[in-house]
Amino acid sequence: MPATPTSTSAAALPVEFRGVGRAFPTAAGARPVLRDVDLVVEAGEILAILGPSGCGKSTLLRIAGGLDRPTSGRVTIAGSPVADYDARSAIGFQEPRLLPWRTVAQNVALGLPRGTTRAAGRAHVARLLELVGLAEFAEHRPREISGGMAQRTSLARALARSPHVLLLDEPFGALDALTRLRMQDLLLEIHAAEPTTVLLVTHDVDEALQLADRIVVLGTQPSADASADGPAAEDATPGAGIRQTVVVPGTRPRDRGSAELAELRGRLLDGLGIDRHGAARGIQSTSTIPAFPY
Amino acid sequence: MTADASRGDALTSTDPGTGRAGAEDGRAGVTSVDRQSNAPVADGGLAVAAAGPFGVSGIDRREASDPRTASTGGAGPTGPSAGAPRRRLVDRRWFRVAGGALLPLVLLVAWQLASTSGAVPVSMLPSPEMVWTAGVDLAERGLLGLYIAISTQRVFVGFAVGAALGLVVGAVVGLSKLGDILLSPTLGAIRAVPSLAWVPLLILWLKIGEESKVVLIAIGAFFPVYTIVAAALRHVDRQLLEAGRAFGLRGVRLLSVVQLPAAVPSVVSALRLALAQSWLFLVAAELIASSMGLGFLLVDSGNNGRIDRIFLAIILLAVLGKLTDAVVGLFERWAVRKWA
Ligand SMILES: Nc1ncnc2c1ncn2[C@@H]1O[C@H](COP(=O)(O)OP(=O)(O)O)[C@@H](O)[C@H]1O
Ligand SMILES: [Mg+2]
Repeated sequence: MPATPTSTSAAALPVEFRGVGRAFPTAAGARPVLRDVDLVVEAGEILAILGPSGCGKSTLLRIAGGLDRPTSGRVTIAGSPVADYDARSAIGFQEPRLLPWRTVAQNVALGLPRGTTRAAGRAHVARLLELVGLAEFAEHRPREISGGMAQRTSLARALARSPHVLLLDEPFGALDALTRLRMQDLLLEIHAAEPTTVLLVTHDVDEALQLADRIVVLGTQPSADASADGPAAEDATPGAGIRQTVVVPGTRPRDRGSAELAELRGRLLDGLGIDRHGAARGIQSTSTIPAFPY
Repeated sequence: MTADASRGDALTSTDPGTGRAGAEDGRAGVTSVDRQSNAPVADGGLAVAAAGPFGVSGIDRREASDPRTASTGGAGPTGPSAGAPRRRLVDRRWFRVAGGALLPLVLLVAWQLASTSGAVPVSMLPSPEMVWTAGVDLAERGLLGLYIAISTQRVFVGFAVGAALGLVVGAVVGLSKLGDILLSPTLGAIRAVPSLAWVPLLILWLKIGEESKVVLIAIGAFFPVYTIVAAALRHVDRQLLEAGRAFGLRGVRLLSVVQLPAAVPSVVSALRLALAQSWLFLVAAELIASSMGLGFLLVDSGNNGRIDRIFLAIILLAVLGKLTDAVVGLFERWAVRKWA
């Protein structure tokens, strides 16, 4: 089923991070969370941001959307600096953040760009709800639907903007495995019909591999002097930066069972510091298909 | 959020040794991927060739748009269509009404028995019949209706003025940091003044006319509304506010779409509290300086030893207060259902 274009499509715009750092003030002084993030996201690209919890993925996304400001460096969309709550981007928060007194449809309508006529808005909302499989729940309140449905409502709200840059913070985190796969396919369909730049934060390596053109792994940099072993090196948290950039091979939609993706998956898990059990660590990963027991 | 947290634990719980090994592998990974990115197509082709029966075609797209199957994964009931569970006795309406009326009826019977048995002299405890007669007597002289009307009117006018001011000032203090800094210390001090302390001043300034009572009641209604509304607006869920801003809401639109609706349940319970407070302040006002009203009836009867009328006034205050509160309570239930 090809996705129907959901509105007059907005042109995808590139996003550029230049030396972005963010430190949060604490009682013990500023605590750096992000450091020296340099990243160019091409117009229309789907970029997945992977990283352990608390490494600053949401912070990076918020900075891209103008919900937070970097303490150093700058972020531009199509060359011009990101404004506070920049109208060129739309964000799907990690939490659904629906207004409890509004129906699902009214919550989605909140995302419509200003100046949308009532009739056009209603039609657009209905189409989006159809797309995320919530047409029957349009008149329900957020408390009457499940967490996964709320998250899909939140996704629909972000899509309602028809943004130039779509920022998604673990949009499928609360979904069960099956719905998650369906929503991933849905996102790809929407992207194919209406190519927008997508920054997708996820903690799911497979999701990143399935959806992204490129994957960026955030994490604290390994300390410069590798000999400095012990607790001192672990205590130092200079802030997370880009630790690994992976171009995902092939074109979407990708084969979820591909052995090559499995190999890449192993390497990404390594990058995240996960023991991949059964993978012979220490052996250089190759681009030939190894026989992993996945 | 929880998923994130649990994953995060899994990710960060690796021992330092593994983490470092992973980091080094990561760096090695960059180079090999860079190499790979120069020729990703050939590899991708291989991957497609190895796809087998679990390829993309394995996922049924049509199913994705079926809300019933899509929703099955969600937790909890999905709406009012779920069969209504059998209601317990304490949830039934008739039981609530009957249960609530039980104690007043018992009291009435006990009162009747105590006053007619001679155990307590009628000068201390008039019988229900005497109170009823006193009420009928006052009603025939046209005083009962007048007193009830004037007291109710004072309560409503004072409540309306005080609550309206409370809403406005509460909004200013709750929404603006500057308003909070400038106003809340002073208002906190004024709130600390006991209600009766205002009475002599109000009488001097406004004489014994209607204004002095209405102003005192307005003071009584103002503070609960001001306090609760300011707190409610100050504590509107930051995440919802941010979501509103992220979707382009600012100023008045943010106020009307997010902040005010979020505060509605608090505002309604504040109004309910203010109405109860208004009745308290009414009696305070009428006890001290008035020539009409239920409070006046109390003082006047006290001076003349008409204990039957004192009972009448107390019962009327109880009934009127409860009735008005019940009306606001219905409104509150509606508001909470609609806005929370
Ligand atoms: N507003 C804030 N004030 C202080 N610390 C913050 C704030 N927002 C995030 N942080 C901190 O920054 C770090 C990264 O947070 P976040 O970006 O949410 O991580 P992630 O999304 O990768 O799980 C966390 O340690 C968090 O405590
Ligand atoms: Mg996060």
